Amino acid sequence: MTSPILETRDLTVRFGGHVAVDSVTCAFQPGELTAIVGPNGAGKTTYFNLISGQIPASAGRVLLKGQDISGKSVSQRTRAGIGRAFQLTNLFPNLTVLENVRLVVQAQSGKGFNMFSTAASHAEMTEAAEAILMRVKLLESRAQVVSELSHGNQRKLEVALLIALDPAVYMFDEPTAGMSVDEAPVVLDLIAELKEHTHRTVLLVEHKMDVIARLADRIIVLHNGALAADGPPQQVIASDVVQEAYMGRGLEGILEDV
Amino acid sequence: MIKLLLSGDTPRSTVLAVILGVILVCLALAPFLFPGVRTVDTAARICVFIVLVASYDLLLGYGGIVSFAHTMFFGIGAYGVALASTHMGRGFDAVFVGALAGTGVAAALALLIGLFSLRVRAIFFAMITLAVASAVAVLVSQLSGLTGGEDGLTFQTPRALGPAFKFGDELFGVKLNGKLLAYYFVFFGALILFLLLLRIVNSPFGRVLQAIRENDFRAEAIGYRVVYYRVAATCLSAGAAALAGALYAVWLRYVGPDTTLSMELMIDILLMVVIGGMGTMYGAVIGATLFVVAQNYLQNLMGAASGLVTDVPILPELLSADRWLLWLGVLFILSVYFFPTGVVGRLRQGRQA
Repeated sequence: MTSPILETRDLTVRFGGHVAVDSVTCAFQPGELTAIVGPNGAGKTTYFNLISGQIPASAGRVLLKGQDISGKSVSQRTRAGIGRAFQLTNLFPNLTVLENVRLVVQAQSGKGFNMFSTAASHAEMTEAAEAILMRVKLLESRAQVVSELSHGNQRKLEVALLIALDPAVYMFDEPTAGMSVDEAPVVLDLIAELKEHTHRTVLLVEHKMDVIARLADRIIVLHNGALAADGPPQQVIASDVVQEAYMGRGLEGILEDV
Repeated sequence: MIKLLLSGDTPRSTVLAVILGVILVCLALAPFLFPGVRTVDTAARICVFIVLVASYDLLLGYGGIVSFAHTMFFGIGAYGVALASTHMGRGFDAVFVGALAGTGVAAALALLIGLFSLRVRAIFFAMITLAVASAVAVLVSQLSGLTGGEDGLTFQTPRALGPAFKFGDELFGVKLNGKLLAYYFVFFGALILFLLLLRIVNSPFGRVLQAIRENDFRAEAIGYRVVYYRVAATCLSAGAAALAGALYAVWLRYVGPDTTLSMELMIDILLMVVIGGMGTMYGAVIGATLFVVAQNYLQNLMGAASGLVTDVPILPELLSADRWLLWLGVLFILSVYFFPTGVVGRLRQGRQA
């Protein structure tokens, strides 16, 4: 077994007296796609926030490629290789679609402090951004202002920003939430592609069982902030622990609930 | 070529392009088109305010940062030139040393304020700038030995920029003297600074600022250190404001707290940015021109209007030249109501519709 790319050790956060994430220890292997499931309020998104740094942990550590990144800022973690797409669409609403993606490409080129050339003169950045828009099938909307896009296209752009970032660890928080039946496959195919062709490590918060069954190598279950189960999909879904933890309703029942 | 000068950021509206062209031509040929001490003075003020307002737009319209210290930076540049000219004697060397020193001090002060307050919430930065600006204004009026206090400083600019300097007879009936050169010094200085600011907002750096204004949370999550960009924008904007102040000092040959440091001036700048259109740069041109012209000529216009309606009751009272501030206020309320995105925003929308 190779050394894990991402690890959380006793990762904990408390909000007042409430423990939202309770001492979660978990390691993620390179190239593995892990689905994180659990009922609403189980701490899935909070767990994500702790890993990507939006919320500082009360205790415990986050390690990326063996390095402790617990004390680093969000932008430092991003540059170190943790990329995040958000559950609620989180874009630059009054800029164009192309500009949104180009900003990510530019962030990686380190040209952010270049003040005396025009942004448009960097053709290589524009081309890189367009190539990504082509992959998410948004190229024809490139000149549109983001706030005018449909919800589904905004979700696609959210994923496009993450692909442009091309981090070592991809974190998707319900990437297909609110997408139509026609649109969701585009995003799911992209995630499958990341896993199969480029062997990226993916963390995926998802409620839809069919999506999990299709993509996941492994499922971890969070319940009241704690790690309740961890293993291959079939095993976790069938496990007694999970069945009991959810009062005999089974994982499927819980997932349908939310 | 023009596209390169404008950094690819064209007006994107025919009406706007025409208006901007007219303003440019009028300012470029002001001494010949509108000969007269007062008109040329108005034109020079417009040039200076375009730069001042554009530099504020960089901060507010692009960076989304509210500052109340912009006149302070403007004043630092102006006082830099005044102090250098007073102590070094008249000459271009004094102007350049003063302008550079003023710009340096302004940028350093901006860096300090930024590093202290931009890490936390944006509102905190606004409060700090208000406090520092008030403190500096008090300091300038108290340190009368150095700054001339409330009276300000009158000083001499280079001989070549004074009315006594003649380099020819007349051209199209305009005396070729140092005052004409001083106007063109201000005009070209302002033009270069404006084009430079336009380049900065259209650079990769400018895009990051826009991204931060739109969504600082996500800007951080795609790897930009937001606080560094905000601080850099604050310093740049302060430096540009100080250079505008230096131009103003060269033109007026006088600096005082009222002309360069007052809170009223700060509010004027805010109004000019909002009227012209935030985050457009060209809005600064439109806003500054409209505002300075209204400030200088509304009174005359109303005096004339009042004279026309002397027989009608009440109207002459309302239109009396003394009420000009009231009407200026009404004009602003109307413009903000009808053009919430500023004149430039409105014109650009019109094209898309």
